[in-house]
Order: sequence, then structure tokens, then C-alpha cells
Amino acid sequence: MILVNRETRVLVQGITGREGQFHTKQMLDYGTKIVAGVTPGKGGMEVLGVPVYDTVKEAVANHEVDASIIFVPAPMAADAALEAAHAGVPLIVLITEGIPTLDMVKAVEEIKTLGSRLIGGNCPGIISAEETKIGIMPGHVFKRGKVGIISRSGTLTYEAAAALSQAGIGTTTTVGIGGDPVIGTTFKDLLPLFNEDPETEAVVLIGEIGGSDEEEAAAWIKENMKKPVVGFIGGRSAPKGKRMGHAGAIIMGNVGTPESKLKAFAEAGVPVADTIDEIVELVKKALG
Amino acid sequence: MPLAGALRQGRWSLNLHEYQAKEILARYGVPVPPGKVAYTPEEAKRIAQEFGKRVVIKAQVHVGGRGKAGGVKLADTPEEAYEKARAILGMNIKGLTVKKVLVAEAVDIAKEYYAGLILDRAKKRVVLMLSKEGGVDIEEVAARNPEAIHKFWIDPHKGFRPFEAREMVKRAGLEGNLNKLAQVLVALYRAYEGVDASIAEINPLVVTTDGQIVAADAKIVLDDNALFRHPDLAELREVEAEHPLEVEASNYGFAYVKLDGNIGIIGNGAGLVMYTLDLVNRVGGRPANFLDIGGGAKADVVYNALKVVLKDPDVKGVFINIFGGITRADEVAKGVIRALEEGLLTKPVVMRVAGTAEEEAKKLLEGKPIYMYPTSIEAAKAIVAMVGGAA
Repeated sequence: MILVNRETRVLVQGITGREGQFHTKQMLDYGTKIVAGVTPGKGGMEVLGVPVYDTVKEAVANHEVDASIIFVPAPMAADAALEAAHAGVPLIVLITEGIPTLDMVKAVEEIKTLGSRLIGGNCPGIISAEETKIGIMPGHVFKRGKVGIISRSGTLTYEAAAALSQAGIGTTTTVGIGGDPVIGTTFKDLLPLFNEDPETEAVVLIGEIGGSDEEEAAAWIKENMKKPVVGFIGGRSAPKGKRMGHAGAIIMGNVGTPESKLKAFAEAGVPVADTIDEIVELVKKALG
Repeated sequence: MPLAGALRQGRWSLNLHEYQAKEILARYGVPVPPGKVAYTPEEAKRIAQEFGKRVVIKAQVHVGGRGKAGGVKLADTPEEAYEKARAILGMNIKGLTVKKVLVAEAVDIAKEYYAGLILDRAKKRVVLMLSKEGGVDIEEVAARNPEAIHKFWIDPHKGFRPFEAREMVKRAGLEGNLNKLAQVLVALYRAYEGVDASIAEINPLVVTTDGQIVAADAKIVLDDNALFRHPDLAELREVEAEHPLEVEASNYGFAYVKLDGNIGIIGNGAGLVMYTLDLVNRVGGRPANFLDIGGGAKADVVYNALKVVLKDPDVKGVFINIFGGITRADEVAKGVIRALEEGLLTKPVVMRVAGTAEEEAKKLLEGKPIYMYPTSIEAAKAIVAMVGGAA
């Protein structure tokens, strides 16, 4: 497991909103240790037995907080992430989709300077199977096992985790890093953690068209990775210049093409699956 | 992600016309040649008369390569402006009809440079690109002579300072008034930040024969996610420039992209939909669209998705691919059944459902004329067999 486990104490920002409440319930049912919530102006309330504060600063003054998950609407989401970082929350999971890009450019740099780790935005969050879920994924498809997953997609990740679980292989920690052009944490930031995690025996990297994060990951794998990695690239048939659902899934000029990503994986010795079933086959093969 | 439904802003990238981009740049202090928009040859003539100088008539359409297509012409007299505007208005450039032209004072060019701002995803910063090779396609320059493009990654918190701009002008070897050139670059960044652009470009940035510096052409693309901060700019969207189905899908809050095949695709989650497109392609089919119903969709959302997809005359069959997580497969089934009962399903529909409420969904669809398959790949093969492969 990496980043989070059953002991991780979680704050929910935007806890009183529709999405915030719904997923707080889901996370509590999964066993996530939610210690507090924040909604500006709703301090003093309780949601599902969780105390609500006006500011993150007040929440951390009253509770030990290891991570925050953010369900704040897009116009205020980057500010919420900055609030968490300034209050010293070490891990920030930003679920919100549709955040202005320049807000993220500013927030990502500042949060890094403050020493917190930001996952997302526009991401499904993190799950350590059968331990804790700091995200919005369906928990029941993640069975505890051997494989770490890092992904730019949501649903496709659930598919891969379900297939690995059905095959009896299972997962350790799954991190949805998000589908936006500027995200806090990329593939290559997380690979070293899986590399050192004794429980993780292989890593599945679910990429897609757009940007060059897969290429950077491949370069890192080539030099440093001790464990087998299986790759996947979504949107291989997508036309150039069209945004495929995710704001970041777009081929611009020669940047972000599937050819470039496949080539990088090939050079790093990373086998690439064409289908979800093939992910399972390739993982099985890699594990011997 | 599920927040999308409630909070999704626009889904399109908002391209501005040259004249709109220039208006914005001028507001931030970038000198632009005087110009006005004309919708008729008479208006073009009147504007040329008013300027009393040589003018350039430029088609205002959302495609590149206007010049090569004959959409940019010089006119020495108002009469000539009338003739040139008449030739350009109504012209078809890469499938788009020219409905308006910019009539601008022609500039006497001594030097043509390039200045552009774009997001560098890998560096997570906005990058300024500056080159002596202006007036041509910058991607060509990048391919042919990458050293000719000088880059500076802007600190988002400090902004772009005049001294940095001056250093960039020197580094790129631009000739002309150093302070004025630097001021233009600083103003370009202020505009980029001010309107939440994703691309802002001046090409060419012209030094005139009498030493003036002007943006002879400009391009701005806005960040959709930030349009809520700029209601005035959001109004510049031209619905007729978009595919009508993309407009309709966007009204329902769907992420929809029109593609050129004949198989309608509906799925939940952008990654899964992309994967579904890839699978259909792999087995020899051609998707007609990308449509993501998002997370947690209820029956009516699925019903609306089918309505949009089946409105496309190219669609000969539909493939619905659902992995139930937060989305319940039985809700999806209910939406499909409603569409069926209302006689909407005039084309074969192939489905694959898995995950949350999978069994309930299958029970609901039992005996219905919907083709169910246990895996995505089998469903992809089936729909391709039904509509015929790549034509």
C-alpha cells in the first residue's frame, strides 16, 4: 500500500453539498476514518455524525488530519486545495472537474512549495483495497492483492480493478491522478512509491492520449523500476485536436499522440495491453 | 466525475475570431492596426473610405490557412475593398462559410516576428514562445528549426515582468524598439491571464517601416472552464460554427464529440468511452460519436443520450457500454427501455453492462429487443457485424 491506509484520518471539504454528503456516506461505509468536514458558513453542524467547521484551520486545530478530500464546486476548488495546504494537510485529493486551468497552474506550484501532495483535480481519488477509500470509486470492485494502479481515467480503472480482482490477483493501492491538463501528481511521482512498497508486486499504468506524462513515466521506469509495469493507452483511435471527454485528452500537433506513448513504453520494456482482459493476462505473465 | 453534471461549464473550446482577439489585446495595451468588421461589401467599402488608406480584407472564420484559401486580400481603394469583400464573403473555407470580414488598415512590414503563449503541461506553467520567424505556421518552424523558437516559462505567482520580457527580446534577437517590444509581450501575458486564455498568439508581430510595433494578426482560444468568470466573452460563442448535435448534447450536459463513422457510442466515464471507441475501431468498425453520460446517471440521462445519438443520420446502430460504479446499471436499463417503448430505437442497440446492479439490469432487459453481450469486445464485434464494417 502507498499513501493511505485504514489509519488515515480524513477531512472532507464541501461535506454539506450533495456530492460531498453522498460520498462521505459511501466512504464511511467503506471504513474510511473521516474525522471532520468543512463548509464555509456551516460550522457547528454535523453531517452523518461528522463535525463540520467553517475553515480547514479550525478543523485541524480540533482534529488530527492526514488527508483532505475536496468536493467543492469548480470556481472555488483550487482555493479549497490551497486552504488545505496552508493548514498543513499533507495529502490533498481534489475530485472536482472543470477547474480553470490557470487556477490549477497557480495552486499546483504553491501547494508543492508548501510541501503537501496534491492528487487531481478531476480525479476519482485513492483507494487502498479493503483498508480505506478517499475517493468516489465503487469500493466493492477492489479486492486486496498484489497490483498497484495509477490511472488518468475513472471508470476504466474500476474495470481494470474488477478484472484483476476476479482473476484472483487483486490490488494494493489505486490512484486516479485525474484527467485534466494540469494535475498535482503524475505517473512518475507515484512510481517510486510503488517501487518501494513491499506489498505491490506489479504496477498497471492506465494512460490516455494528450500531454507527455506517459513518456516521462516510461523514461523513469527504464532507469529505475524494479517491478514489472503493464501499460494501457486510452483514446488510440481519437482524432487529432478533439477533446475526448477529459479536458486533458487531446492531441495537439505532435504532442500527446498514442504513437509517441506506445514507442516510449516499448523502449522502456513496458508491455501495453489493448483490452482490459489483456491487462490481466499481461500482469499474470509478469508475475510468473 | 460526478460533480460534472451540476458544475460542468462549457464543453467546447472557445475560439475567438481575429477581430475579437485583437479587441482583447488592444484593451490590454497591445497596439493593433485600426480595423472594423463588415458583413456586406457595402460595409467594407464604407470602412475603407473612412480609413482613407490601403486596407486588408480578412475572412473571419474559425480555421487556419485563410490566406492560402484566398480569404485575405489587399485593397487600395474603397471600390477595390467592395470587390474583394464580395469575393471573400460567402466563400467556403474548409467547410465553413465566410459571413464576415475584418477590414483593417494595411501595415508596411519591415520585420515579422512570432509571439505566443500556451500552457506547457509537462512544466505545469504557461510558456512564452518568441521567434524571429513570424508570419508563418509556428508548428512548421518548430519542426524545421526548433532553435529559432525561444521559450520562457512564466512564474504564475510573479507574472511576467518587463525585465524578463526585455531579456527575452534580446535572447530571441528581435530588432526594433526594445522597450516597445517588451511592453507588447508583457501586455500579451496580462491579456492571457486576464481573459483566462489557453492560447494567445500574435503572428505576425510586425515592426513597421516607420518603427511602429503592431499585432497584424492574433489568435486567442479561451479556457472553457473559466468562462463563468467572463460572461461577456462566453457570449461570443457562435452556435452555427459548432456541429448541431454537439450543441444539443452540450445542452444536456454531455461530453459529446461528433466523429465520422456510423456506430453510435454511449458509455459512462470518458476513459471507458475512449476505450469503447478504440475497441470498435480495432474490430473494423467506425464510431459516429463519443458520448459520456458521466457518473451517477439516472434513466432520463440515458434516454436523452439515446435521443441525441439517434438523431445523427449517420448512425446505423448503437453500442452502450456501462460499467456500473456510482452509476447503476438498472437505471441505464430503465432509460433504454423508455426509449424503446417510445419507439425511439429505430436502429439496432447492442449493450454490455457490468458492475453495480448488473443482474437487475439484465432482468429488466430480458426478452427486450436489445442485444446483450457479456464483454465489451464481443459487443463491439456484434455491432460491427450488424452495421457492416468500415465502408
